[in-house]
Amino acid sequence: MHAVLKMVVQRVALGVLTLLVVSALVFISVEFLPGDVAEQILGQSATPETLAALRDQLGLNTPPVERYFDWLGGILQGDFGQSVISQRPITELLAQRLGNTLSLALLATLISVPLAVGLGILAALKRNTWVDRTINIGTLTAISFPEYFVAYGLILVFSVKLGWFPSISIVSGTVTFAERIHLTLLPSLTLTMIVTAHMMRMTRASIINLLALPYVEMARLKGASQRRVVVVHALPNAIAPIVNVIALNIAYMIAGVVIVEVVFVYPGLGQLLVDSVAKRDVTVVQAACLIFASAFIIFNLVADVISIVSNPRLLHRK
Amino acid sequence: MTTPLPKAGSVNRRGVLLGGAAVGAAVLTGMPNKLYAATPQKGGLLRVAVAQGGSSDTLDPTTFSGSQQIFIGWTLRNNLTEIGSDGALKPELAESWSSDDAQTWVFNLRKGVEFHNGKSLTADDVIASLNMHRGEDSKSGAKSLLASVESIVSEGEHAVKITLTGKNADFPFILSDYHFNICPENPDGSVDVSGTGTGGYILEEFNPGVRTRVRRNPNYWKANSAHFDEGEIILINDPTAATNALVTGAVHAIESSEYKTLALLGRRPNIQVESVPGGFHGTFAMNSAAAPFNNNDLRLAMKYAIDRQAIVDTVLKGHGVVANDHPVSPSMPYHDASIEQRAYDPDKAKFHLKKAGHDSLTMQLSVSDGLYAGATDAVTLYREHAGPSGLDIQVVREPGDGYWSDVWMKKPLFSGSWGPRPVPDMILTTAYASSADWNEGAFSNARFDELLLAARGELDEAKRGEMYGEMQRILSDEGGSIIPFFRSYVYGRNTSIAHSGQLGSDWPLDGHRAMERWWTA
Repeated sequence: MHAVLKMVVQRVALGVLTLLVVSALVFISVEFLPGDVAEQILGQSATPETLAALRDQLGLNTPPVERYFDWLGGILQGDFGQSVISQRPITELLAQRLGNTLSLALLATLISVPLAVGLGILAALKRNTWVDRTINIGTLTAISFPEYFVAYGLILVFSVKLGWFPSISIVSGTVTFAERIHLTLLPSLTLTMIVTAHMMRMTRASIINLLALPYVEMARLKGASQRRVVVVHALPNAIAPIVNVIALNIAYMIAGVVIVEVVFVYPGLGQLLVDSVAKRDVTVVQAACLIFASAFIIFNLVADVISIVSNPRLLHRK
Repeated sequence: MTTPLPKAGSVNRRGVLLGGAAVGAAVLTGMPNKLYAATPQKGGLLRVAVAQGGSSDTLDPTTFSGSQQIFIGWTLRNNLTEIGSDGALKPELAESWSSDDAQTWVFNLRKGVEFHNGKSLTADDVIASLNMHRGEDSKSGAKSLLASVESIVSEGEHAVKITLTGKNADFPFILSDYHFNICPENPDGSVDVSGTGTGGYILEEFNPGVRTRVRRNPNYWKANSAHFDEGEIILINDPTAATNALVTGAVHAIESSEYKTLALLGRRPNIQVESVPGGFHGTFAMNSAAAPFNNNDLRLAMKYAIDRQAIVDTVLKGHGVVANDHPVSPSMPYHDASIEQRAYDPDKAKFHLKKAGHDSLTMQLSVSDGLYAGATDAVTLYREHAGPSGLDIQVVREPGDGYWSDVWMKKPLFSGSWGPRPVPDMILTTAYASSADWNEGAFSNARFDELLLAARGELDEAKRGEMYGEMQRILSDEGGSIIPFFRSYVYGRNTSIAHSGQLGSDWPLDGHRAMERWWTA
């Protein structure tokens, strides 16, 4: 276990470094966008005097480098700071949105991971039969459509025609657990349809690979059933690649769901990020990007740890 | 002939200046409605989807710009004056006003009005609320509207005296602007912009960019108003998502409908599409201070080379009327209907182009779809219309992001858009006076400036009408902006919600006052 711990520490340190680079890149990119916060807020009604007054009030007259390091100093003390525009504390702004994004990703994960792994195993077992082909065609078709098309399709069927689910998913602090599920089921299904194919294909490919190995043949020869061969002998060895794909997809469901959030008017982090980029609210943009980057770093780390633990050989690689 | 003000009783010099005498714009009627409830009834919930705004929006009126802020502002608060559903100026927190010379104005405040926190409305609140927009360090988008204000002082607890640096017979109209919400003054002299107001609803939850919840103010001073028990204002930027929400009944009204799907939307039995003629207009502005557009013949060529009716029919799907290169819409007072409508005439365009010294001319016209739905389509059509005359207009699509700061008034030829104003002076002073900050066509005409100043202080209606008529003519013939159309406000409403049958034309959603004007059918 010592080696795992060492790796975790190393990876966390690398992760922190990555976050630092990300934050600098994001800050620079926002600085490069045309127009600053003051111009975005005042829009058509800007005059040179009002712009100057607003810049002064928002503290935009200090040089960018100084502003960045001020912000960085705050982060190191655990203070995300305030929104440049609304002056609301970012922690408060992000907390609810992050909760929403995570709950959506969680629901989508709970549906999609068992579904994808199950379908993958089934497809591997019934390789090259109509079952395999149907699963492949179905999931690949779903992933081939753009997200908004899948979303509108689901809205048309389940919301407009059948009326089972709402077309907009505005969740707030007061909704009950059951209401939340009801509100977020359609966006979760959209995400599910988009991520399933990837995970399913990886599961299928890994298992098919393993099925060709001698130890599987050995298991077969000793008389194990096909199901037992796949679930008990092949699957544990397939965990590493599958977990990696799952981790990537979960991270994607946290960071890449902007379009789904817009279509369903879901108050998650993606909407907040789009909003804040449009207004050049740089502190909020940075905080949101850090969260997204952290999601990728954390899930990759978790996937690596699981891979290593599931395959002791990786621990002693030299 | 200039259209004079509609007679509200007798409009004379005194009548114009006395508050409450309805100095009105033309009466506008909405489309026939599928459902009428004769008498408003109390109760129910109104859930409205607005389309502009974000999560960083605050309730500070100096920062107001999009519909989320404007709608919530008028749900929670009142102004001194109000543009009614019929387009006329009405007393709101000022119960009357008067001026002898159009330069010194006294506004008498309504007595017994209380803010949501129980504080009584006094002159101090009004002065503090207006002063937020004034002064050296003001960052308010409405700063220029009050630039002519010299002083604001109280005359007792319930009257405010406002002195201007020059005459302005329209001053009470200016105070109806959405920036001039009246908020309570804090004991330390600052203004409480947290959402406490005198309006029909009390703020329950403010979650900008997502949802704002309000409940009825049981103590509302305005009679026969604010009928819903509760209200919700939801921000839906995406037009398709908004349409879905209306169709599935998740919201009762949406601010904008896409023109392309309107006809289909209106076919649903429980949905009424409202189309309210108004003064919103798009412009194609030419920098008339520099070559090549400093030649009026070229500007005329550009004006003759556009088929306005085709743009109204194709881009607006008929929800608008053609305009005549000046911003005074048919629904505004002093609109001069006698000015001949400029028609699409490629030959005349060619003639003027030749006179300007060109056989053909290539130019780039910047546009962004963020200006209004169909802006790029309008420019593309214009390109097709102008081609035969030798005007080669290249369409340059700019990102909506940063359009106002980097493209608008920076390029020689660009698209713009303007919201409606209740009176001509407000738009002419803002965008056509040679000294105006937002003079997008860089237009400069001494006679025009002189007329503008004179008309602003003129108390004789007939003379004033003539002056505005002449200004419209000057802009139409020489102005730096091509104005092809006035667009109607189009929005959708569930028929379970009713209104008086007359809808405000100053903003969508009944002048953004649906929360207090509409009721559950």
